Amino acid sequence: MALSFPIYMDYNATTPTDPRVVDAMLPYFNDKFGNAASRSHAFGWTAEEAVADARAQIAQLIGAAKPKEIVFTSGATESDNLAIKGVAHFYQSRGKHIITTKIEHKAVLDTCKRLEKEGFEITYLPVDKSGLVSVDAVRDAIRDDTILVSVMLANNEVGTIQPIKEIGALTREKGILFHTDAVQGIGKTPFNVQDMNVDLASISAHKIYGPKGVGALYVRRSRPRVRLTAEVDGGGHEFGMRSGTLNVPAIVGFGKACQILNDEWVDEAKRLRELRDRLLHKVTEALDELSVNGSMEHRLPNNLNISFTYVEGESLMMAIKNVAVSSGSACTSASLEPSYVLHAMGVSDDAAHSSIRFSVGRFTTEEEIDYVADLMIEKVNKLREMSPLYEMFKDGIDLKSVQWSAH
Amino acid sequence: MAYSNKVIDHYENPRNVGSLDKDDPTVGTGLVGAPACGDVMRLQIKVSDDGVIEDAKFKTFGCGSAIASSSLATEWIKGKTIDQADEIRNTEIVEELNLPPVKVHCSVLAEDAIKSAIADFRAKQEASRALTGE
Repeated sequence: MALSFPIYMDYNATTPTDPRVVDAMLPYFNDKFGNAASRSHAFGWTAEEAVADARAQIAQLIGAAKPKEIVFTSGATESDNLAIKGVAHFYQSRGKHIITTKIEHKAVLDTCKRLEKEGFEITYLPVDKSGLVSVDAVRDAIRDDTILVSVMLANNEVGTIQPIKEIGALTREKGILFHTDAVQGIGKTPFNVQDMNVDLASISAHKIYGPKGVGALYVRRSRPRVRLTAEVDGGGHEFGMRSGTLNVPAIVGFGKACQILNDEWVDEAKRLRELRDRLLHKVTEALDELSVNGSMEHRLPNNLNISFTYVEGESLMMAIKNVAVSSGSACTSASLEPSYVLHAMGVSDDAAHSSIRFSVGRFTTEEEIDYVADLMIEKVNKLREMSPLYEMFKDGIDLKSVQWSAH
Repeated sequence: MAYSNKVIDHYENPRNVGSLDKDDPTVGTGLVGAPACGDVMRLQIKVSDDGVIEDAKFKTFGCGSAIASSSLATEWIKGKTIDQADEIRNTEIVEELNLPPVKVHCSVLAEDAIKSAIADFRAKQEASRALTGE
């Protein structure tokens, strides 16, 4: 099959909407346009029924006991906000301590920072050099006033999969609520809120071949029944937890995307792993001085994060401008700070500047992998020829011994 | 990041990439920046007896605008006297390449690299004059 450009290898950022999902959504823009909250006529009933079906499809994918444990939101950022602020505000009379990790998505970290300003205390757990949180560290951080633990299922930058089942067993034993940002892991690694004793889980449609602008928060209804203080007030939609007219077409698409994953994710994950490993194998065969960031064992099958030492990430992305990837380099961010995730893993700033994240997905082909691998090899070699650091390394100079002028 | 066509041109067709013999007394070497900050430039000049920069080479670890800034710097200083080269200001590089505000530091680094290479050359000249007792 002929290649078409640009090639997309940034599936951890977002995914294209699956054509089957688009087909499922279309009738709900015009023929079936009703408001799901209209109880008095057929337009409303049709919309309500579609939303109920989507709730069931999503509940099934994550192993929720009841469809009504799914609360629709505008996306995972809102889900993270609702879970953490909602629990904090409802349970603050019990305690004001929350445990999370240093490598969470900003939607969790910035929510926690906001709560700190309100007088909550947050423990940000470190990760080891492979990007994993230890269950013992969670145990040691738990205090009498701890009300919530929030640990992501899988990291968006390095794809590391956290020990959610073990943490869930611990928080259940201690009687503390457990939230996980499951956005990156859904449909790529096993996830079941019952088996894993998860009480709240954030998920997003656009990471799983559904539309943008819709997400959900799983909120456990029994043993324990989780209570939340709503962040958005209004008509009392979504069981009073999130007011606002439901985005029915997007919700239908979200449900369809989950149903597809239910049927296909195990095979898909296997295929993605083969593609990812093929890319890794090809570049490591041809290039020296590479380091893979994050555990290869506990990792999403579609993610690869490599530091191409002595080459700066943004210039490498310019060199492969027909390929969409992302970088932990500061030069790609507005803040000029290199990736905080890599920093938390103890990856040096030099290596963070040289890091590229490849994430493959449903529409990635073997031809694309081969093209990208060959291109990476060619461009890394070219940029290394231009790199004073690579020349110094080849001359046997220890770069750590050089007195650099920080600027 | 939307770069100007000039940045892209210098990035894709960098001028004067390479090395000069750093032990040659007529060569000055400037190495500026830090790997941890994401950019390191090495700029070298070869200076004739009458103080004209005959050749200039660079190698840069950094983003597209860092590579373009150093490529442009080597192009500008070739054929100039070291005194003229010393007067190049980063703002001229910013203007020529249309660098966005977040990339101004790349031009500062290029100016530093020129100055550092010239300083190295001058220090070598001083040292050899001292040796020969002139």
